[in-house]
Amino acid sequence: MTLSMLNGEPRVITVGAELLGEALDHQAVPRRAVDWRPPLPGASTALAAVLADPRRARANEVAVGRLTSARPRLVGVRPASEALGLEKGTFFHAGPPIDWERASGPMRGALIGAMLFEGLATTPEEAEARLASGDGITLDPCHHHRTVGPMAGVVSPSMWMLEVADAEHGGTAYCSLNEGLGKVLRYGAYGPEVVDRLRWMGEVLGPVLAAALERTGPVDLRNLIAQALQMGDELHNRNRAATSLLLREIAPAVVEAAPDRAAEVLRFVNGNDHFFLNAGMAAAKVSADAARNVPGSSLVVAMARNGTEFGIQVSGLGDRWFTGPAGVPDGLYLGGYGPDDANPDIGDSTITETTGLGGFAMAASPAIVRFVGGDVSDAVAATTSMYEITLAEHPAYQIPGLGFRGTPVGIDVTLVARTGLLPVVNTGIAGRVAGTGQVGAGLVSPPAEAFTAALEALAAG
Amino acid sequence: MNDLVDVRAGVYRDSVSLMRVSQSLAARPGVAVAVVAMATELNVGLARDLGFDVPAATPGDLLVAVRASSEAELAEALAELERQLAAREPAGGSGTREAAPRTTRSAARGWDADVVLVSVPGEHAFAEAMDAVEAGLSVMVFSDNVPVEQEILLKDRALEKGVLVMGPDCGTAVVGGAGLGFANVLRPGPVGVVAASGTGAQQVTSLLDLAGVGVSHLLGVGGRDLSAAVGGRSAVQALRALDADPATELIVLVSKPPAPEVARAVQALDLGTPVVAALLGPGEDDLTAAAEKTLRALGRDVPEWPSWPAGGGREPGGGPLRGLYSGGTLCTEAALIAGTGEFTDYGDDEYTRGRAHPMIDPALRLEALAGVREGVALLDVVLGHGADPDPAARLAPAVEEARARGVAVVVALIGTEGDPQGLRGQAERLGAAGAAVFTSNAAAARHARSLATG
Repeated sequence: MTLSMLNGEPRVITVGAELLGEALDHQAVPRRAVDWRPPLPGASTALAAVLADPRRARANEVAVGRLTSARPRLVGVRPASEALGLEKGTFFHAGPPIDWERASGPMRGALIGAMLFEGLATTPEEAEARLASGDGITLDPCHHHRTVGPMAGVVSPSMWMLEVADAEHGGTAYCSLNEGLGKVLRYGAYGPEVVDRLRWMGEVLGPVLAAALERTGPVDLRNLIAQALQMGDELHNRNRAATSLLLREIAPAVVEAAPDRAAEVLRFVNGNDHFFLNAGMAAAKVSADAARNVPGSSLVVAMARNGTEFGIQVSGLGDRWFTGPAGVPDGLYLGGYGPDDANPDIGDSTITETTGLGGFAMAASPAIVRFVGGDVSDAVAATTSMYEITLAEHPAYQIPGLGFRGTPVGIDVTLVARTGLLPVVNTGIAGRVAGTGQVGAGLVSPPAEAFTAALEALAAG
Repeated sequence: MNDLVDVRAGVYRDSVSLMRVSQSLAARPGVAVAVVAMATELNVGLARDLGFDVPAATPGDLLVAVRASSEAELAEALAELERQLAAREPAGGSGTREAAPRTTRSAARGWDADVVLVSVPGEHAFAEAMDAVEAGLSVMVFSDNVPVEQEILLKDRALEKGVLVMGPDCGTAVVGGAGLGFANVLRPGPVGVVAASGTGAQQVTSLLDLAGVGVSHLLGVGGRDLSAAVGGRSAVQALRALDADPATELIVLVSKPPAPEVARAVQALDLGTPVVAALLGPGEDDLTAAAEKTLRALGRDVPEWPSWPAGGGREPGGGPLRGLYSGGTLCTEAALIAGTGEFTDYGDDEYTRGRAHPMIDPALRLEALAGVREGVALLDVVLGHGADPDPAARLAPAVEEARARGVAVVVALIGTEGDPQGLRGQAERLGAAGAAVFTSNAAAARHARSLATG
């Protein structure tokens, strides 16, 4: 055999004692130093076992390859009852499994609102009593049904869902229609204006969009997201460019499909900078699902919060959740609200970070820093640090400000444990009291124990 | 006395760097004790034993415990600490746009490297070494305390990838002229070395250098490579690589006593390049004899190996022989040759836990030397990159004191003229202090034996 290092003066990576690195500097040997630090406490043994798994390297390559090669396309808009077989009394929700007892304010508020919307109760008090008794009520995570939901993520049968199909691997994923900002169901508000808006969305918005999409045919979301990133969106807390692009794509068809309703539909979409978020989340979900169930893979395929716990799922570990307490985001508050009004982290929208968008793509979105605090260099630093814990750079989603480098994508549990760097998540902040709505936006870190627990499960094989 | 105890979360520095900081603080006037270390159970226990009131901490935190005789001296020591920690801010730290990579995997992405040098604590070395192998890079694992199963796994994966794992517990390597770890400055030349013993290889190559013969590459394979468990996995790869290397005309294989069946298998390899084996053990050639055999195989003359007589009058004789070594193989060799006396390898894990290797920090050996009250003390001093920048500075006064007590001192000085410390200058200062200095460890051991038996 021949060894390439024997040809000429070597270039050396050093990791560990600085003294040995300095000895190379004295010899003028080109070197790059690793800023090494000990792994997360208690992770050493499990790390050694997982890193020794002969399947790991190839499994991760396969898994992240599926994630980044997915070609999500928006193919339809349908009621949840029809698309997902959802029955009255069953509600999907964000995050890992939860019951009424442990549910936080905004989760309870959204469930109350959905009860009212479905006609399962006539007053909030009645809805609450029924939810608390559990009589005829089933709560089930969106993620268990190829679905994601922002914030509380509550889905009930009469809600209309965006349907996104993966043209590469054949999967399908769903997300509800975005209601806008302020007092909205997903932030736990359930007043009459919330329920009225949901009705209009079911009676007008959903059917009109469905008819429009039938005319346009599938909308290529991979392409649209790639463009939006180059226009300053990070696709979690900033969706302004993506929403505009989607609107441009479908507007003529909306007018053709429903001339009488087109103006109000287009005005609604145009009035909500986050309209695209839900389509982007479904695109992220269908991409992440393509990477599921690769034996031996330590790739994170879901990160989701139910307002009480933050949970992750890992490709090589099936549908198991690994959880820790949800943190309270650190950010900016609306109006007179402050940190005391904030609910712990909530929502499935971390599916964007799971696929290399959101906090991971912050460097693409200098404008976002004014929304979540910090300055532009913080945004660049956030994205740059995420390359340390990800397996790949996205071939289509690129960041102009980083020389069109692909976004960091594919969180590896072992790299999180080794570096102690936790995924950077951009998020909205819900009020902790049911019925309040949004109180702010900011950044949040997942609990480290979710990652160490997943690592231990991988080590147990 | 004024105490200060501080636990800083999330600040990491490697143990050698921190020991240097601790040492320099403790050397300041008025400072009685200074502990600057990662807050491992061992270090926290140490600080508590010293009477410091240490709060709860995790091994990922930095522990600072300083005791000084006055408030002012304590404050000055702390200012110095901040200055030193800031100076040791890892390259590319806060403030620079391009953050330093946090794993070997990340460093190898986007930077064209040939080899990785891993010296993190042993329990964490596997991850970094595996990153290197998976990135298609050869790796030197300087770290010790790496489980043998991990070593085997790394070496098997390396074979698949066509790269070499040097180590674990590999102290020295010279690759394409660059010295990794503890490395002597060797002239380029025709001899390739495969070494399952760091200091053994340093002895052989230093002698060759003194004889004017240079080295193409020195590939360490780790002290366990020729054991029955590891089966010479890396030695075989290294031998084949040197066989294929056009600059290598002759190969020297140096090892601590190998498993016999592994030694046989390795020597039975069908190579086009001649191999001289220096496999230590009773009845085998010593390292100096192996270097001489190499010279003869190359058709070169064997010189008289440089030595410097002990200054300070006639050397005392008689009494017990005490061997105080930093190199394990050198220690074994000297004990074999002397056939008498008590030998301690201060480079052994037992003595390096929680402190630097004696090639870097001589404190423990100097203490032991001060405890020798009669007879003959035999020491090795290893020069080269990574080692103590001026060993004579602290050793020469200790030698003078030993001589004053009537103790004879013999030093095996392993190094070359090209080493940063300078072989001749070190030898002359140690000689002037009263030590008999030999560049051949075998010769030093024979001289010590002759003095001891009087």
